[in-house]
Parts: sequence; structure tokens; C-alpha cells
Amino acid sequence: MLYINCPHCGMRSQNEFSYGGDASVKRPELNKEVSDQEWNNFVYNRKSLRGKHLELWQHISGCRQWIKVERDTATHEIFRTFKADEEVA
Amino acid sequence: MVQAFRIENEGLINRDKKLSFKFNGKTYIGYEGDTLASALLANGVHLVGRSFKYHRPRGFFGAGVDEPYAVVQLYRNGETEPNIKATEQELFEGLEAKSVNCWPSVNFDIGAINNFLKIFLPAGFYYKTFMWPKSFWYRIYEPFIRKAAGLGVASTKHDKERYEHKYEYCDLLIAGSGPSGLAGAYAAAKNGAKVILAEDKPRFGGSLLTSDVNIGNQSGKDWAEGIIAELKTMPNVVVKNRSQIFGYYDHNMLVMSEKVSDHLPSTKKYHPNKRLWYIRAKEVLISSGSIERPIVFGNNDTPGVMLSSAAKEYLKVYGVLVGRKPLVFTNNDSGYETAIEFKKHGVDPVVLDSRKNPESEIIGEAKNLGINIKNSYVVVAAQGYKKVKSADIASISDDKKQLGKIENIQCDCICVSGFWTPTIHLASQSGNKTKFKEEIDAFVPGQSKQNEITLGAANGVFTLEETLKTSFKAGSELSKKLTEKDNEIAIPNVVEKKSSQHDKFWCVPLPKGKNYKRFLDFQNDVAVSDIEIALREGYRSIEHVKRYTTLGMATDQGKTSNLNGLQLVSEIENKVVPAVGHTTFRPPYTPISIGAIVGREVGKHSKPTRKSPMHSWHEKNNAVFVDAGVWLRPRYYKRGNENLFEGSKREAKNVRTNVGVCDVTTLGKIDIKGPDAAELLNRVYTNAWLKLPVGKARYGVMLREDGIVMDDGTTTRISENHYHMTTTTAQAANVLSHLEYYLQLVWPELNVNVVSTTEQWAGAAIAGPKSRDLLQKLFPNSDVSNEGLPFMGYTEEDLFGVKARIFRISFSGELAYEVNVESDYGNFMWEKIMDVGEEFKIQPYGTEALSTLRIEMGHVAGSELDGRTIPYDNALEGLVSKKKDFIGKRSLQRSAFTAEDRQRVVGVVPLDKQTSIPEGSHLVKDDKAPIPNPKLGHISASCWSVEYDNPFSLAILKDGKNMIGQKLFAMSPLKNKIIPVEIVSSHYVDPKGERVRS
Ligand SMILES: [Zn+2]
Repeated sequence: MLYINCPHCGMRSQNEFSYGGDASVKRPELNKEVSDQEWNNFVYNRKSLRGKHLELWQHISGCRQWIKVERDTATHEIFRTFKADEEVA
Repeated sequence: MVQAFRIENEGLINRDKKLSFKFNGKTYIGYEGDTLASALLANGVHLVGRSFKYHRPRGFFGAGVDEPYAVVQLYRNGETEPNIKATEQELFEGLEAKSVNCWPSVNFDIGAINNFLKIFLPAGFYYKTFMWPKSFWYRIYEPFIRKAAGLGVASTKHDKERYEHKYEYCDLLIAGSGPSGLAGAYAAAKNGAKVILAEDKPRFGGSLLTSDVNIGNQSGKDWAEGIIAELKTMPNVVVKNRSQIFGYYDHNMLVMSEKVSDHLPSTKKYHPNKRLWYIRAKEVLISSGSIERPIVFGNNDTPGVMLSSAAKEYLKVYGVLVGRKPLVFTNNDSGYETAIEFKKHGVDPVVLDSRKNPESEIIGEAKNLGINIKNSYVVVAAQGYKKVKSADIASISDDKKQLGKIENIQCDCICVSGFWTPTIHLASQSGNKTKFKEEIDAFVPGQSKQNEITLGAANGVFTLEETLKTSFKAGSELSKKLTEKDNEIAIPNVVEKKSSQHDKFWCVPLPKGKNYKRFLDFQNDVAVSDIEIALREGYRSIEHVKRYTTLGMATDQGKTSNLNGLQLVSEIENKVVPAVGHTTFRPPYTPISIGAIVGREVGKHSKPTRKSPMHSWHEKNNAVFVDAGVWLRPRYYKRGNENLFEGSKREAKNVRTNVGVCDVTTLGKIDIKGPDAAELLNRVYTNAWLKLPVGKARYGVMLREDGIVMDDGTTTRISENHYHMTTTTAQAANVLSHLEYYLQLVWPELNVNVVSTTEQWAGAAIAGPKSRDLLQKLFPNSDVSNEGLPFMGYTEEDLFGVKARIFRISFSGELAYEVNVESDYGNFMWEKIMDVGEEFKIQPYGTEALSTLRIEMGHVAGSELDGRTIPYDNALEGLVSKKKDFIGKRSLQRSAFTAEDRQRVVGVVPLDKQTSIPEGSHLVKDDKAPIPNPKLGHISASCWSVEYDNPFSLAILKDGKNMIGQKLFAMSPLKNKIIPVEIVSSHYVDPKGERVRS
């Protein structure tokens, strides 16, 4: 079970969180014309990366905040975690 | 009744307490502190089971977790448990056990015929023999295998025992209480670290219990006892025996199974049978020791052949002689230690040493005691069927290829030592890439992967002095980092005998003309010849060889067989062992009870049960409950002998004619506040929300980004910046997360807060033509007229002194209201409604009537909003705004979603107006068409229309828009029904929706 550092609550076990997928996906702006390809990329097309991955988790059984977690998908090593509005440098 | 093999003045058992037990129906006596294995051996019982494939007689090979044969079916306190290792099961008064793997009995076993047919059962026999013809599998092969060759039998009864889970955090977790575990624990504890020390056996001390060493001028055993006693007094230390750490998972999470009650005749009141510990450790010290390796020779599975360390343990811990004429077969000095113990107790062993001229302190002592030692000698084969009677032995050439003349010597047991294999499972599970250590012919942990360190024998260190030195140091240093304390500990003086180099010899060649089975994996009956076949047939990867031959795949997971298997593969392949590599170690290290893994999450405890505040009223009024997600909801309120159909029909009819009340507390409720609340709703729902006035409710549909309907419900504007959203019962949690996602990540500029208020409000839906009359009586001072409180209106009123919210919304299609009060007043509200409603013939109605009412009105619900439908499919396209953007809108342009013949909700009536259509039935054009008959749609929900008194269903049908009036067939192969049907409008009752507005 992963041990995730919630930037709001501290170190908590994985079973307090739910997974939210790739954090690098940006939703196209509202009312903006988007091509089929662009929209499909946003809705469906995901890379299954091996290695460092920035992903979303929600601390559903804690502060209910969505957070970003930088994790290695092969080793499960967690490098850093960020608040939702924090810039990932 | 006589324990003929028990000796005086040795062992740690309690001779004052005799225990009576049964094995295969026969009664025996043992002592408190025995295992089932030691007690049986004390009584001279060596035959405990039959092997898995050939049904050869099997005895005891080890004395603990490494035991490959002696698994039994255990009976305890009216329960039974299969596959218990007799070497681990502690004896208790009244214990009963039976052999597994033998039918009809352990002495006469029909399956043993396989032994004589073994030519037909080589490697891969599962894959080859039982392949063809396919029809034979179910009728002949499987029943035969199950009956004749299965392991134990799982109980089919409900398990009365209780299992617990515990979460724990510590600075240092120590796996194993041998010398290195004790030293590490002691040093860390002295520095104030929070320490958990886990030992799988009942007794602490590991190898110190059986080895002839001195630590700080006491025997190893006494030193261990002193350390444990002191650790137990320290508040920062938890010491646990009978506790096996079986899994090392991510981020230093380890799982341990504590046997709380297995050693007792029955579990104490309020105690669990087992306790599973989830331990998050900052540092882990793996001191799991090592397991002795066998040397492979002919018939090496005969009962009476066992590890030399096991023989020593039976003697030193249990005071049991495993034989009176022991033959010790060794390639290192450990065999001599066992021989010396035998000799000290008046038994004369013969030692066969594969080495030519070994010399050491230990060997010197054996010689001084007058032990008969034969150098460059090996056991060629054990003789005897159900018990060793003699051994064929021979001298062996220096290159270990040529055997001398075969001699036969009498013996009643063969104690074998092929050196030691470090127990590296936990380190390997943690991700540590192990490395092969040439000097010991075995793998040891490499670079630490997580915060783990492996010490002592588990790390391939076999001298006590070195083990203690490194472990004290590690304990101090690891704890110093965490506690910033540094209490110096003087490392005690160690006296141990020096050993000589072991012989890299592990397998005795076959003598000319003999074809003895030489087993590698004793539990799965994998012999040297099986591996040879696998390699001959082209299997190369050790992972493939493992699966093809089943080497190491039995319940002991190859603890005694893996390395010899690797040796063999590397020898035949002419590779070095590290190039062959070992198979992956995976948790659990040893079998763990399913009960322990499940814990308390059984039956109704498997998930929480949510009850509305009116639950006890429902119970008192004969509600029959149904699980709705985690909620318990009344399905109908049973009157007399009514069944579900009759009861729900009565309730639905009463709503259509008088008035009914339904508990709708379970609907998800979300409180939404903030200046941008309307903007949020406008982006989340498909319809327009910016102009909803205060005091009005609106129905809305929300989509996922892929255009599929996620949920529906009404949202009410309570005040300028305050909204009350309702969701379906099932989607409540998902919708909240959905809103939080957009507010926190996508549109953080929106100034809105959302919070779940599902449990804060109790809800009652009052529906039926007489609902307004009832409402007027409940709120005599309020204007609830059609003008005062119109359809989709909202007001806050006083219900006999309690603040109530009234929403004029309807799910049943009737004139209806939903009243909410704070949860604590839910029951009060409900009783008032029932009291006042009596004169209007009010009846409570459950979810079944609720379904009937919504289905015949054509209101879509979860069975239509099933995660596969878009608004159009549900005839909700009128709610999809063309002007504004919202979540999922862009996806609605996909060509499949705009196709002319897109699926759509329709009504379905059976032509005979009698036959109910099973939900899930397929709609087809031609019931006689060949399979696969093209499916046009499916029945999503069915009811008995109380309005028309005939069956009515909703369906999602291809090109549903143009299918009204068509005749089709509803086919349910599950229920074996073919029903001719007519497609009608989904709005079967009150198609213009006049009643809700009346
Ligand atoms: Zn948090």
C-alpha cells in the first residue's frame, strides 16, 4: 500500500485516496472550437507510461482535496506531491 | 500411550502437563509445548501423509515453516482447517488431525498406484495427460484427481472464528528473533526507538535454542531469554511470538499474521483467532535466518529422511529422538552438531561426510566422542517404504562422479545437511535485487531497495560473533537516526566453535542400472528426472521450468527445493547458478488463512450499512428491506400474507388514487454556496441555470466528458448564492468528487464551495392526488395552493415547530411534494405525516412501488442511465442547451451519437397483456432467426402498470424514435421466455404531464 504525502494532511495510506489519472491532461477551454482529434486526445487518449508520471489523486477519506503526485509507475516511488493549484516545476 | 522416543533431561516442553490428542483416529499423549509433529515423533509416528502426485508415503522433513510434507487436516472446536503444517501446529488438549492426500487411508492408499505408473506421469503431466479428449476432463480426470490427490478439504460451514486487522506504525520492525533480531531489537530499544520484534515460532531465540554457544558467559538460550525478558518490560517495544511477517509491500508496509488462538483448544471469548497487522515501519531489520538444504539422493523422500537441523531441534527443544540408529549425511559441519547431540544422549550415529578430509573444532569434538565418521561417503538411496530401514551407501570419488561399491547399513533415520540457504524472501519482496554468493552457493540480498537491511544468517553470515556485532551496530545506527539518542551497548563476549568449509556437493549420482527417484520438491513430487525432461523438451527460463514441472509451486513454495533445482538446471545447462537466476519471491512467505486476510469484513460488516432516521419506524411497520447501494431501504410494507408483487401493487395504486409517502432520505444531497454557484451549475448541467429564480427548483442532467449521462436530479435555489442539489442514491459520492474535481483543478477561479449534506436532511416524498390536502393540514398556516406553491416551487415552512423545506417535485408523476427536515426530526416528521394522513388513506410505499410509478410514467432512472446512454437515448435532448457550453457537450457531436437510427427509450407492452417481460431481455425482430439473432435493444426496467393493470416495460431500442407501433419479440434465454411485444411510447401514463402541475 502506497504512503502518500497529502500536502494538506501529511503522510497517509493509499486507502484514504482515490486515483484520478494523468495530471498533465488539460481540459480545452469552454466555448472554444476544438477539433475531433484534440477532443479525443483530451477524453480518451492516454499514455501508459513506465517511469515518472504526474498523476491526480483525491484525498477522499481525508481533506477531499485533489492533489498531484509525482510517482514512478514501475517502482511506485513517490518523488513529490503538490497541491492542486501548485505549479509543478 | 508410551512416548517411546522421548528422552529425559532435554527440551523446553512442560512435562508436568500431559495433553491427549488424536491422529488418524488414534489417541496419543504429548506435552504442553509440543508441536503436533514433535508429539507424533515422540510416539514413533513417522508416516503422516502421501505425496501429491505419486502418493508415496511421506513423513516429517523439517521442524517449522519449511516443512514440505507434513500438512494435515486439523479439527478444533467443531471447525476444520486444511493444510496445516504439523511442524507448526502447537499441541493442545483434544487436538484432532488427519492425513491429507490419501484415500482411503494413509496406510493403504489407492493413489499409490501412480507410483508404479510413474513412467506415465513425468514432468508436464498436467499439461500432457489430461489434455484429451476434452470431455474426459469433467467426467473422469477432475473427479479422480480431486478425490485421490487433492490437498485438504476446506470447510463449507460459516466460520465462527473472528479475525482482526490492526494498523501499526513503528521506527524499527524486526523479522525474526534469532541472535541478529535480538541484538538489533535490543540496541534500537535502548536508544528509545519504537520497536516491533516478530517471531513466527512460539519460542523466541531462533538458532540460539538449539546451538551449543555461549554469549556473555551464559548459554545462548539463557542470553536470549534475558534479552526478551528485558525487551518485554520496555514501553517502546512490542514483542510478538506466533507472528509471521509474510509480506513486504510498497513504501515499507509489511503485513504480519499473528496466531492468537491456534495453540488453544478453543478461542477465548472476545479474542480473535488471528490478527493481521499492517505495519508501516520506518526501518526494517530482516533477521529471518536460514533454512538447511537437503542433499539429493535416491528415495530421499522416505519417511525418516529429514533435515539434520530438524533432528537437532526435535531433540533440543522437544526432547524427542527422531531415531535410535541415526545416519547423518552431510557436506558441512552442521551434520556433526546433530551427531554430537545424539551421542550426548546415548545414541550412536554414523556420519557420512562427502568431504575428503575435513578438519575443524566441531569435527574434532565428534571424533573425541568416538562418533563413527566416514569421509568421502554418500547415501546412494534410502531403503524402506513407509519408514527408513537401511541405507545403501558408497564412497565417492573426488570429482563426485564415481561411486564405489554399494554397501547397505542399518539405520532408522537419515539426517541430511547440504549447508544453509539464507531466507531472503522478505528482502526480495521489497524489491531488493539479490546476488549469488559463491562461498555459500546461495543468494543473499543485494543493494537495499526500501528502508531494509538484512543481517545474520539471512544475509549469509553464519558465525555468531559476526552476526551479533553487525546486528548490535545496525540496531544502534538505525535508531540513532530516528531518536537522536546514542546509548553505547557493550557487545557481549561470544564462544562458538569454528567450522570448516562446506563441500559444494548437492546431488548423489545414480549407481549403474538403478533408477531411484531423487526428489527435489517433496511436496509436488518433482524429481531430478522431471527437470531433465523439461530441459530436454526445450524449456530454458527458470520461470518456465518452474511452471512446467511445478517445482517450488506447492504450499511450501520451494523453501527446501529452489536452490537444488537451480543447481540442477545450471549443471545441465552448463551455466553458473546466477546466470540461471531464481524465480521471483512473492508474498505470502507462507500460507495465510483467508479468514485473516478478510478480517472483520464479513457478512454485513463487509461494508457499512446506512439507515435513514425513519428506519425503526419502517421496521415496526413490517417493511421488507432491500440493499440500495450501502443503504437499507423499504422495498414494500408487508400486510398479512402479501408477497412483493401484491404489496407493491397495492402501494402504487394507493399513490395513484389517494396519497402515499416514501422515505427519500437516501437521495444524495449537496449544499452549494458561493457567488459563482449558478455558473458552476450552468457548466455541470446540460440545461440553462443562470436565470433560475430564488425559491425554484429545476431538473437537470449532467454528463461525463465523453457525453454519457452521469446523473440526474433537481437543484433548488434556496437563496441568492445558495443551492441545494440532489443526486441519485447511487451516484452521490461520485457527483461530489466530480464537482470538487472541476472546482479545484479545472475552474479554480469559480468562487464556490460544495459539501455533502445527505445525512443532514431526512426526506419524505408525499405523492398522490390527495397530497395537497394532506400538506395543507400539515402546514395549516402556509399557502400550499397551486398558485402559492406551484410545480417546481420551493418554500420553507414550520412543521409543528420544526423547520421544514418543501419542494414541489415529483418522481411518481403524481401531484407530489418532498418535505425535508433536519435528520434528528426525521422520525417526528414521518409520524406526523402518517397521523395527519390517516384521513386521506395514506400508505407508506417502498422502492418497488416507487419503481412502478416512475416506469409507467416513462421517467428514466439508473437502469436507463446505465453509463452507456446519452441524453437523446433517454428522451432528454430537450434539456440539452444549444447556446451554452457544458461538461461533455463536445462529445455529443460524435457521429455515433448523432446517427439517424440512434437508440432511444421506448415503452414495451406484451401482446397478451399478461406476461411480464424479464429485465435484461433482448428485443429482436424475428424470434426464429438463427443465432446470433441480431439484437435491437434491451428491456431496462419492468413493472406491472397499476394504471392499466397489465405488464409494462421500458427498453432502450435502436431507432426507437421510429419504432412506435412495431411488433417485436422479447427474448430471455435466461428465463427461457420468448414474448411477442408491441413498442409504445415510454410515457405510458399521463403523457402530457398534467398531474404534476394540477
Ligand atoms: Zn489531505
